[in-house]
This record gives sequence, structure tokens and C-alpha cells, in this order.
Amino acid sequence: MTTPTFIERLKTGLWDENPGLVQLLGLCPLLAVTSTFVNGLGLGIATLFVLVFSNALVSTTRRWIQGEIRIPIYVLIIASLVTCTELIFKAWFPALDRSLGIFIPLIVTNCAIVARAEIFASRNSIGSSIVDGLVMGTGFALLLIAIGIFRELISLGWLLAVLPPGAFFALALAIAGKNAIDKRHHE
Amino acid sequence: MADVSVFRSGVTLAIIAAVCTALVAATYQLTHDRIASNEQAWLEQSLQPVLSGVIFDSGISESLLTIPAPHELPGPQAAAVYRVYADDMPVAALFVVSARDGYAGAIRLLVGVDISGVVTGVHVLAHRETPGLGDGVETTKSNWASQFKNRSLQNPVAGGWKLRRDGGDFDQLTGASVTPRAIVKAVKETLQYFDANAAAVFAASADSAKETSE
Repeated sequence: MTTPTFIERLKTGLWDENPGLVQLLGLCPLLAVTSTFVNGLGLGIATLFVLVFSNALVSTTRRWIQGEIRIPIYVLIIASLVTCTELIFKAWFPALDRSLGIFIPLIVTNCAIVARAEIFASRNSIGSSIVDGLVMGTGFALLLIAIGIFRELISLGWLLAVLPPGAFFALALAIAGKNAIDKRHHE
Repeated sequence: MADVSVFRSGVTLAIIAAVCTALVAATYQLTHDRIASNEQAWLEQSLQPVLSGVIFDSGISESLLTIPAPHELPGPQAAAVYRVYADDMPVAALFVVSARDGYAGAIRLLVGVDISGVVTGVHVLAHRETPGLGDGVETTKSNWASQFKNRSLQNPVAGGWKLRRDGGDFDQLTGASVTPRAIVKAVKETLQYFDANAAAVFAASADSAKETSE
């Protein structure tokens, strides 16, 4: 088995295994905060930051951690990183923090993060885990941004787009679009 | 040897917990001052809108008075009040209080009261209520908080300071009554405090004046 290049891994994170579009992880924040571009961008960056550092820490500590206590340790690491992220947002991006509100602390419940810790970071080297955090986090952030832009534009003419149902429609369209493109490639 | 393995797991958990706590503590130290100054800026930015309809000529932020706990205002910690004057006569007071009985943690509120005890505005500064339900109390999300304007302890009289569902005069939010109930109660308690202590509140010298005199 050859090691995949960075470009190949980027394609995996952004497209083939996109956490939001394919693995359907972290849908709660995805649906809740994507009413505008800025909110999507803010939560995307915060999630990316947590994911990179949690992958790095989980990978660093993987040799000393017995299997039966790995989940409480992931929870500890992720919760601490999210708390740090929340403090950083409050200190340097107060307006964004007010607009995202409770969804920054709720990153802790984003299953995409614990999934990457369990599936990838606990079995791979630190460098490789950081790359995984970067590509998966970027894939998730780009989806948040795309849905944010889509809903903000559509809402100019169609108010429903910024209301909760608009989020479901937008995500459904994004998944359908991805599947249609993949299908065309196979034929 | 199960005992050894349990002991090892415990030690590993304790070490990781200590490292994580150190990380959070370091970040807190690093961000603490900036967060405090951001919150102060946000508070001062919110003062003006809560005073709608009041004519005044004094600077608001210099008139801050901290009311140490225990006091009759809502919330267990020290409360703050900004006094507002026109021609050196008191015209209104802005209270920073916290409602404790919300759905999730304290709700920090700014309550403006004019000299006759009439509410000039209510603004939610910070909260952790449920998005899409309790967060309607935010001025940017709905106009729920605007129903307090021009209310006083006589309008409605005591029994009316409740939600409609509890037999009072105030609207709840769709799907949320805990958050609005907590805020109605906090505003009422602030008015009662002002009613009893207005003279003392305006007579006390500001925090900044105290620091220079000491």
C-alpha cells in the first residue's frame, strides 16, 4: 500500500469522505448556524482548529493510553480544546462569538471530531493525524461556508431559506448534487 | 493482574486531566483581560439604546456604581448601576443584573429605569438559553424584550408581573416560557429595588470618584 499524497488526502477530506456530505457527521451545528456566510465561516474555522489540535493530541498520547479509557480521554482533550477555542473567540472575535453563541461550546458534541480521533488519530503518526485534521476540517468548513452563502443569497427572495427548514433543503440539495456528480463520473 | 491495570488507567487519566486543565488555565490567563474589556465595550455600546426617550446630558460610563452582594437586586454577585443626569438632576438609572432561574445558567440583563420608576428598555447582554427557543429574548432575534418599555410597578400592578400563561400581563415566547419568566421576575425585582433605594442609588459617589479620593 502506497502512502497517499497530500493532494489525494485533500480530495478525500473535501470530497470522497467529506464529514458533512458523506459521513453525515456534525449535522446539528451544520444545520443550525449556516443561516449566513459569516456564521458558517466562523463555526467552520473553530471546528477546523479543534479538529487539528485534537487529532494531534490524541495521536501524541496514543502509545500510553489503554483501550478501555480512550473515550474519556478523547472527551477530556476535546472539551479542553473547545473551552480554549471559546475563550479565544471571546477575546479576539467578540462579535462572531455573540452571533454563534452556544454553538461554539457545542462543538464538543460534534461527532466528526471524536470520529476522527477514534478512526484516524489513535492509529496514525502525529504528522499524518494533523494532515487528517486539516483536510477533514477544511471539508467540513467549506460545506458550512457553501451552505451559508447559498442560504443567505436565496433568503433575499425566499424567507424560508434562513429558517430551520431552509437548512434541511440546502443540505439535501448539496448531498444530491454531490451524488449526481459522482454518478456521472462513474459512467 | 487486573488491579495493576486499573491503577495504571487511573494514573493515565489523572495525568491527562492535569495537562488539559493546565491548558485551559493558561488560555484563560492569556485571554482574561481582553474578554473583560470586550464585555465592558459591549455593555457600554448597549447602554444608549436602553435609554430610549430619556433626555440627558451626562456621560454614562463615568457614573458607574457597584452594589456589592448581598443586595435586593436579582443575582448573587455584585450588581452595577449607571446613573444618568440632566442639568445635574437624576433622570434615569441603568442596572446590570443577572436572572438566575433561566434554562441554562445566568442571564445577564441591562434594565433601564427612569426617575419615576418607568422602564425605558430591557436588553439581554449574555445568556446560554436554547437556540431557536429561549434566545428570542435577544433584541436582535425578536422584539419580545420591547414589551417592557413604559411598564412600571403600577403598570401592571403587582399580580400582573407574570407571563400570560401564569395569569399575568407579559407575553411568553413560542415554545419557551422558562427564559421569559426568569426575565420578567428579574425586571420586577429591579423595579422594586429602585422603588425602595432610588435616593441612595443617586446619592452614592461613583466608583471612579471613590478610587481617586482613596
